[in-house]
Amino acid sequence: MHRYANPARFMRYSGAILPFAAGLTALLIGTGLYLGLFVAPADYQQGESYRIIFVHVPSAWLALFVYTNMAIASAVALIWKHPLADVAGRACAPIGAAFTVLALVTGSLWGKPMWGTWWVWDARLTSVLILFFLYLGYIALADAFDDPARGAKAAAILALVGFVNVPIIKYSVDWWNTLHQPATISQLGAPSIHPSMMIPLLLMAVGFTTYFVTVLILRMRAEIIGRKIRTMQLLQVQKKSTPSANVDGPPAAPAAESPS
Amino acid sequence: MSDFWAMGGYAVYVWPAYAIVGLVMVGLLLMSWRGLKSKEAALATLRCDSPAKNGAANDPDDQGQRS
Amino acid sequence: MTRKRRRLMFVATGMVVLAAAAGLVLTAFEDNLVFFHSPTDVGEKGIPEGKRFRLGGLVEENSVHKTDGGLTVAFRVTDLSNAIPVTYKGLLPDLFREGQGVVAEGVLNQEGVFEAAEVLAKHDENYMPPEVAEALKKSGYWQEKAAE
Repeated sequence: MHRYANPARFMRYSGAILPFAAGLTALLIGTGLYLGLFVAPADYQQGESYRIIFVHVPSAWLALFVYTNMAIASAVALIWKHPLADVAGRACAPIGAAFTVLALVTGSLWGKPMWGTWWVWDARLTSVLILFFLYLGYIALADAFDDPARGAKAAAILALVGFVNVPIIKYSVDWWNTLHQPATISQLGAPSIHPSMMIPLLLMAVGFTTYFVTVLILRMRAEIIGRKIRTMQLLQVQKKSTPSANVDGPPAAPAAESPS
Repeated sequence: MSDFWAMGGYAVYVWPAYAIVGLVMVGLLLMSWRGLKSKEAALATLRCDSPAKNGAANDPDDQGQRS
Repeated sequence: MTRKRRRLMFVATGMVVLAAAAGLVLTAFEDNLVFFHSPTDVGEKGIPEGKRFRLGGLVEENSVHKTDGGLTVAFRVTDLSNAIPVTYKGLLPDLFREGQGVVAEGVLNQEGVFEAAEVLAKHDENYMPPEVAEALKKSGYWQEKAAE
């Protein structure tokens, strides 16, 4: 575990992965869009409007996936105190919030022509809206305290408490009667979507996932460099105030001395 | 081709959906990329300000490492 | 017990307690969380006239007709065991048709007719090209799912 705690190691690996993640994202989303918009046939029931599925479902899946990652990072931060864990959690939050908004907005644009309404307070839509508020709460809490460590801890606790919402979202369409229909693709049973439509859907879902990895790396690298800057500024201030003493104060970044 | 843009009469729902997804995802990517670039520039500036003999001592991750 | 293990136990126990609490709350509020009632529910739960609620089910075959000089549409909502007549003045969603899922919001009047203020269409989770749907219908494998 501690081998990966070294930020320098993370910086090296993430820097190497970044161009591949970005390239894969472009390739997968490009192909998915082409197949979804130009090749997949219209739906027998919903006509051309169903094509919103190719952005709505991947957004919704990612909203849940990113939150799960954020919750895992929070658990690791709280239990193992891994120094990169709350960097990861902080980086996840805005990405997850964005996907949640996209799921809600695209869903609304799909619901109006098909259901006849922009919004209903059924269990699925309501629980996804709550997910959005959890993301906002996490971002707010992380910045709310003067001591960033306290903010990180509070946010991590919120992320874990809110994780109970994730299975609620997933099973809401099975547990209660809702306007939103049940899952088209689930772990049990055959998918109830034609292959010509399922392939672009899966390509978009994987493309959105590599997009998440790309943006996550960018944001984590920025955060790590930001901490390095703050540490260096602190050291410079220390050095100025004690001109003859050795600079041996511990740096603020806790894992910096881990031997590679 | 105009059939394609019409989306079976649902164009007013389908294209705004795609547009907003594109705008948000590209926007987030650009903001994250620019945020990283500006931090990297700030770091480079800091390192220039404390050149050579103090540079390595200031950077906690550069202890005996070549990046 | 190491501090790390203690933190792990604390988090794990906390999550279990939270899940149990959430489960209890959701079970207790089950009735309030229901988005609509089926026609069978309406009889069983004895929903009184004048109380606003949502009625969900399938549009009964051969039940749709216009009345009132074309201003009002009348149809029956069924869950394949019981059916309730509905009247509605207004625009129907694109997907509305016989055999399709439907959710109507409104009140029961004195004659036991549901006067709807809003009618929404509910669709299933199946996606396929029209030819495949036709082939399935012809081969007898087609099944319109009743609203749960």
